[in-house]
Amino acid sequence: MTTDRILLDYGSGGKASHRLIGQLFLKYLGNEILDKLDDAALLHISGPISVSTDSFTVDPIFFPGGDIGSLAVHGTVNDVAMLGARPRYLTCGFILEEGLPMADLERIVESMGRAAQEAQVYIVTGDTKVVPRGAVDKIFINTTGIGEVFVANPPSGHKARPGDAILINGFVGDHGLAILSQREGLTFEAPVASDCASLNHLVVHLLETIPDIHVLRDPTRGGLATTLSEIAGQSDVECRIFENSIPIRPEVSGGCSFLGLDPLYLANEGKFICILPQEYAAQALAIMQANPLGQHAVCIGEVRQEHKGKVVLETPLGGTRLMDMLEGEQLPRIC
Amino acid sequence: MNLLDNFKNPQLCQKLLHSIQNELDGELRFMEVCGTHTVAIFRSGIRSLLTDKVIHLSGPGCPVCVTHDSEVAAFLDLAQKNAIIATFGDLMRVPGPDKKSLKAAQAEGARITIVYSPFEALKLAQDNPHDQVVFLGVGFETTTPTIAATINMAAEQKITNFSVLCLHKLVPPALKALAGDPDIGVHAFLLPGHVSAIIGIEPYNFLATKHGIPAVVAGFEPVDILQALHLFVTMRREEKAEVVNAYTRVVANAGNPKAKEMVDKIFTPTDALWRGIGTIPESGLRIKDQYADFDAMRVFDLTLRDVPEIKGCRCGDVLKGKLAPHGCPLFGTACTPAAPVGPCMVSTEGSCAAYYKYQI
Amino acid sequence: MCLAIPMEILRIDGQDAEVQVGGVRQMIRLDVISEDPEVGDYVIVHAGFALNRIDKEEALATLKLFEEGLNIELT
Repeated sequence: MTTDRILLDYGSGGKASHRLIGQLFLKYLGNEILDKLDDAALLHISGPISVSTDSFTVDPIFFPGGDIGSLAVHGTVNDVAMLGARPRYLTCGFILEEGLPMADLERIVESMGRAAQEAQVYIVTGDTKVVPRGAVDKIFINTTGIGEVFVANPPSGHKARPGDAILINGFVGDHGLAILSQREGLTFEAPVASDCASLNHLVVHLLETIPDIHVLRDPTRGGLATTLSEIAGQSDVECRIFENSIPIRPEVSGGCSFLGLDPLYLANEGKFICILPQEYAAQALAIMQANPLGQHAVCIGEVRQEHKGKVVLETPLGGTRLMDMLEGEQLPRIC
Repeated sequence: MNLLDNFKNPQLCQKLLHSIQNELDGELRFMEVCGTHTVAIFRSGIRSLLTDKVIHLSGPGCPVCVTHDSEVAAFLDLAQKNAIIATFGDLMRVPGPDKKSLKAAQAEGARITIVYSPFEALKLAQDNPHDQVVFLGVGFETTTPTIAATINMAAEQKITNFSVLCLHKLVPPALKALAGDPDIGVHAFLLPGHVSAIIGIEPYNFLATKHGIPAVVAGFEPVDILQALHLFVTMRREEKAEVVNAYTRVVANAGNPKAKEMVDKIFTPTDALWRGIGTIPESGLRIKDQYADFDAMRVFDLTLRDVPEIKGCRCGDVLKGKLAPHGCPLFGTACTPAAPVGPCMVSTEGSCAAYYKYQI
Repeated sequence: MCLAIPMEILRIDGQDAEVQVGGVRQMIRLDVISEDPEVGDYVIVHAGFALNRIDKEEALATLKLFEEGLNIELT
């Protein structure tokens, strides 16, 4: 590239834009569809489609375990997969701040290429805009994902039933704390890394093997507590969770105690909740635990019908209390 | 620390609960005056395990909740003045008289930063020498030494762009007002462990000697709280009223002399307005004249505006333990954490907010 | 208003100290703690300042009382 920073020219559609596309985007993201560089991508998909879109504005843009680019790929791949689909294609729109170092953009795009390869998805079309300094914070990315639904009864937030088991594939709060600790300058003996990863291979394996999965959802913004609240509301059931069984790393507990935060409300980017009939729980856990992204998979609760629409936490003492959705973002506190 | 984990031991908790149940004769109405105790009792599940005979009342234990409307108006006014406001996260959503909060002010362009420590606010002032930095000093005696130490540092380092809006309040005067109320109907007080780590035991003796009400200084783990309840049951049965320090691993009976000295150096007691209660004599702190340069009230020439009473709000009765949160006609309808009417709903440690958030 | 966490002192540098909990480290101030702590001590930390040292002997004594009074094994 001829400059070491992004200039407004790179978004104007002229020669600079084409150099950026050729020397950066195609280099790391290229495939037979994207390489055509038509205004739209021609795709051959049949049957029901799962489609999801997400915009990524995370700050900082680089964090232990990932970056805004890998997050933009994994996040949308996961949302598409949760509907019982094989993710196949992604679109990708960039909004770049004038002055963004080219090296940072290259690092992000390279990371997206690797993430797409891991997930076995193609990025098939994209867009790049450059806005004046200050109009965005470094880089925002939007990805839209398309997948082929392959199950006859796709999982949905409305399908949780009393008696179902509630499973999760591993530790909660890692991503949220990894981001906050960068911002707040906390240091760790061993850094807490984001769990950002594409879950589609594991999810597809589960869906291919187990005939009846009711709910699959990834607890991103708002964390485990919020996602369970949503499901309890949509399905009009009680989610009874056993506090002792929720896997949380000591570093995440420790970091949260410093900041006055609750790990159950921190974002996760490589975790999913699986709600299914009790009879399939053991088999599902075995499949998850055999996969690197599910080694610490565990059953954290069950669906009941007493307190409909609510998440009830059973504490280590054997008492109970409500686990409510937050009003807004979680703020650190001293009280 | 494995040793400290014992204070969460579920078997020990079960034994204490059984003892409380077996040994209690009649009703036990206990009041805690610390938002952290309010939350701990709910979050640990203790509240759900207590029988009907043990009644948990929450007093004015949340310093954010009892920050008066006029004080909230003062710091919201400051947000309009182009200073950098540094604050604990707890204050961000507190609504002022016109329903606006610091969060709303931030969305309108006010420069507001959340800090974990007043020391961070001082560093912010050092890093931004051309800006005025104001720290919103809220909290009881656990927090005031940290603000006193920060003002002390600012004075020693001759920093000229840092000040504190002092909203601090004191627990023992509030306890005096509560204990002196003939309608209070409280059999025992659960006393705040970390406030006591600073002030010691002596300020609470009047509860036993003047009012015959037993009181226990307790920590915040489930075992600490249940041990305190068991001590209440025992003292009631034996018709004894004492002030007991049950948090001896942290609290010395004499408190923390260095912290007390630091507070006395910078602050002096003054009358204060408590939201929902009114004026309690000598229950607040004021920055001493020799540190006037660090007093945001004086630096910015602020006055506390007169603010109208909130209509229909029953927080006063809730804070004094006379009304349970769900007994208030506004609870959960007109008054929710999203749109709080009165102080008890304002912060997550307020009795109504805690009830709303944790009670099934 | 009393959210204060027990943390272990790793390093002391004048009025600053490095503490840890669960492997997470942070710097705090020692301006208001009455007895100077030592490396390895546990202190309760509030708003970035150490308030008091945790007395392990007192903790053990309290736990011993429970063991005797309630017939339970703890330490």
